[in-house]
Amino acid sequence: MSVEPMRAQADVLVIGSGAAGMYAAIEAARAGCSVLLADRSLIGRGGATVMAQMTVAVALGSETPDHWTHHYDDTLRAGRGLSNEALARLLCEQGPDCIRAMDEWGVGWARKDGRITQAMAPGHDRPRCVYVDFLSTGPAVSKTLRTVVNRTPGIRRAGDLCVVDLVRHGSAVTGAVALHLGSGAPVVINTKTTIVATGGLTRLYRRNSASANMGGDGYALALRAGAVLTDMEFVQFFPIGHLAPRLVGMDPIMWDPFRYKLGGRLLNNRGEEFTQTYGVVEDGKYVVTRDVGSYAIVKEVEAGRGSPHGGVYLSFQHCSERALRDAFGPVIDKLAANGIDLTQTPVEVAPIAHYHMGGIAVDDAMRTGVPGLFAAGEAVGGANGANRLSGNAVTEALVFGRQAGRSAAAHAARVNAVPDGGDNIRVTLDLLAADAPQSDLNTAELVQRLQATMQDDVGPLRTADKLARALETIDAMTRQLGDTPPGAGSFDMRRLDWLDLRNMLLVARAVTQSALARTETRGAQQREDFPQMSPQWAVNQVVSWRDGALAVSHGEAATKAAAS
Amino acid sequence: MSERSLLTVWRGSDAQAGRWESYEVPFEPGQSVLDGLRWIRINCDPSLAVRFSCINANACKECMIELDGETVYACTARLRSGEMKLAPLSNKTLVRDLVTEIAPPAERFKGQVK
Repeated sequence: MSVEPMRAQADVLVIGSGAAGMYAAIEAARAGCSVLLADRSLIGRGGATVMAQMTVAVALGSETPDHWTHHYDDTLRAGRGLSNEALARLLCEQGPDCIRAMDEWGVGWARKDGRITQAMAPGHDRPRCVYVDFLSTGPAVSKTLRTVVNRTPGIRRAGDLCVVDLVRHGSAVTGAVALHLGSGAPVVINTKTTIVATGGLTRLYRRNSASANMGGDGYALALRAGAVLTDMEFVQFFPIGHLAPRLVGMDPIMWDPFRYKLGGRLLNNRGEEFTQTYGVVEDGKYVVTRDVGSYAIVKEVEAGRGSPHGGVYLSFQHCSERALRDAFGPVIDKLAANGIDLTQTPVEVAPIAHYHMGGIAVDDAMRTGVPGLFAAGEAVGGANGANRLSGNAVTEALVFGRQAGRSAAAHAARVNAVPDGGDNIRVTLDLLAADAPQSDLNTAELVQRLQATMQDDVGPLRTADKLARALETIDAMTRQLGDTPPGAGSFDMRRLDWLDLRNMLLVARAVTQSALARTETRGAQQREDFPQMSPQWAVNQVVSWRDGALAVSHGEAATKAAAS
Repeated sequence: MSERSLLTVWRGSDAQAGRWESYEVPFEPGQSVLDGLRWIRINCDPSLAVRFSCINANACKECMIELDGETVYACTARLRSGEMKLAPLSNKTLVRDLVTEIAPPAERFKGQVK
């Protein structure tokens, strides 16, 4: 049965309403554009932004003198030679401006004696990270931007709108076809410009720290529309994600701010600190970077020195109850409600998929190379190279969001009328009109199996054998998924899972093929069969979609062009 | 040893014509009701509709349901042995199963039907 599609038009379509999407919408609307801000969940509540616990890196110099070039140097050093320098520069240079704008909008950065407080974080040469107490950075950033979005004329908000495909018109993108989850009806959206701000791909992994709606859908949308992805092999694992005991009502990356403020000790099951074995002496301070930390923990577990649930211990037993309360106030009560007393016992932690350095290739105006198509936030690849510095994600969301909003508005001003029609609208509408006969496919179970494969075979430590096995599994799952989605009607989760899996399997393949091709260890790509960093691999890889297949190639030329 | 909870869940898209379905769900003490609902989707019925985004952090605030008549977040309410009755919010328009229309009116999509 075919349902008549609903229609919508705007100058600018923004897909995703985390910090990047909301900032893009604000900026485009201020430039005079009509904006449709769409999200597959509620507006400004899903995604990764709301999950941010603490650090936002920015060279404000309010704590100690600083300059954006110092932040830039640290960002490039963390990126292990692969950062897109133009994007990294944009992030660091414009960060202070966006952080001050957020301050004026009332986000409430933590202050001491009237000055914004800046915390020290691993990989930074000086205290540089602003935050909102206690562990409220993400919720405060989301709420502030939601408020500004609400009072900015020209922005229409549309939740429960899941974009299925971008619309192509010749070589350009002219909108999207979406599924309205509430009604189950298809929606055809015609726009002059489109901004993909859908975040990263951490949902591909069993253990992840972001929302259930971060399955890399924006990458798949952009790829199928002709854009190029870059650095897809670089998935950042946050080393000390909470593992046990079961902790509800808290984000699993919460131990990061605990370590910023209180140090803490990482211990194996013999009660010994172990990071020095892997080249980093911590001595109660938080200095181990994310790539080394994840490697060290996985290796300790493999050597039989792990904790009961397969991680290691993180101990704050050296801290007094008073020190804990001063640093984290009500969070200590939340821990108590979960039966956790840090003065008495350590917790178990293990690496957790946290962020994706790779993403859609753009220039420093956030243009993808496909006319009319822009990207912003974590969906963009390149600024952080092979490893992201802590604190750069929210800064990147704000700066890239603002830039994408400006660029999209400038582009829209040069397009006379909102275009009607498109080359592939019918194909996507037919997909949404279909109802697969194989209605016994358990889509939720398939998602879980894909997450297990990615965690075990494309996780923190990789080998050619594991990656090849993952590709076979992804092939088999793609065949199992078939060509048509099951289900119909309002809020059909099987249909949503199927559409997600269509994207997740494509993106999983892009990550795995890129990881297999890179025969070296660099930053977040840790190859056990190629443990050294190799000078000839100081090159970015790009992924494109050609005649129904993924192609991985070296993309140095593209990066250099974008940087010039 | 894991314990077992009997989750009795309201199913349907029509508030006047729904049904109750029960699922026996194994759990470790400390696990959330949302953990149980996700377990049902994977192991029994993937069509069970429940709104959630952040899974565990109580950041997205999307997973509000009624548990034994009381409004809770499924991600922070804990599973316990015995029967637990899960229903959609009674003061919101029903969409499907445990999903209700919780977005503010200005954030709901309004397209034109051509």
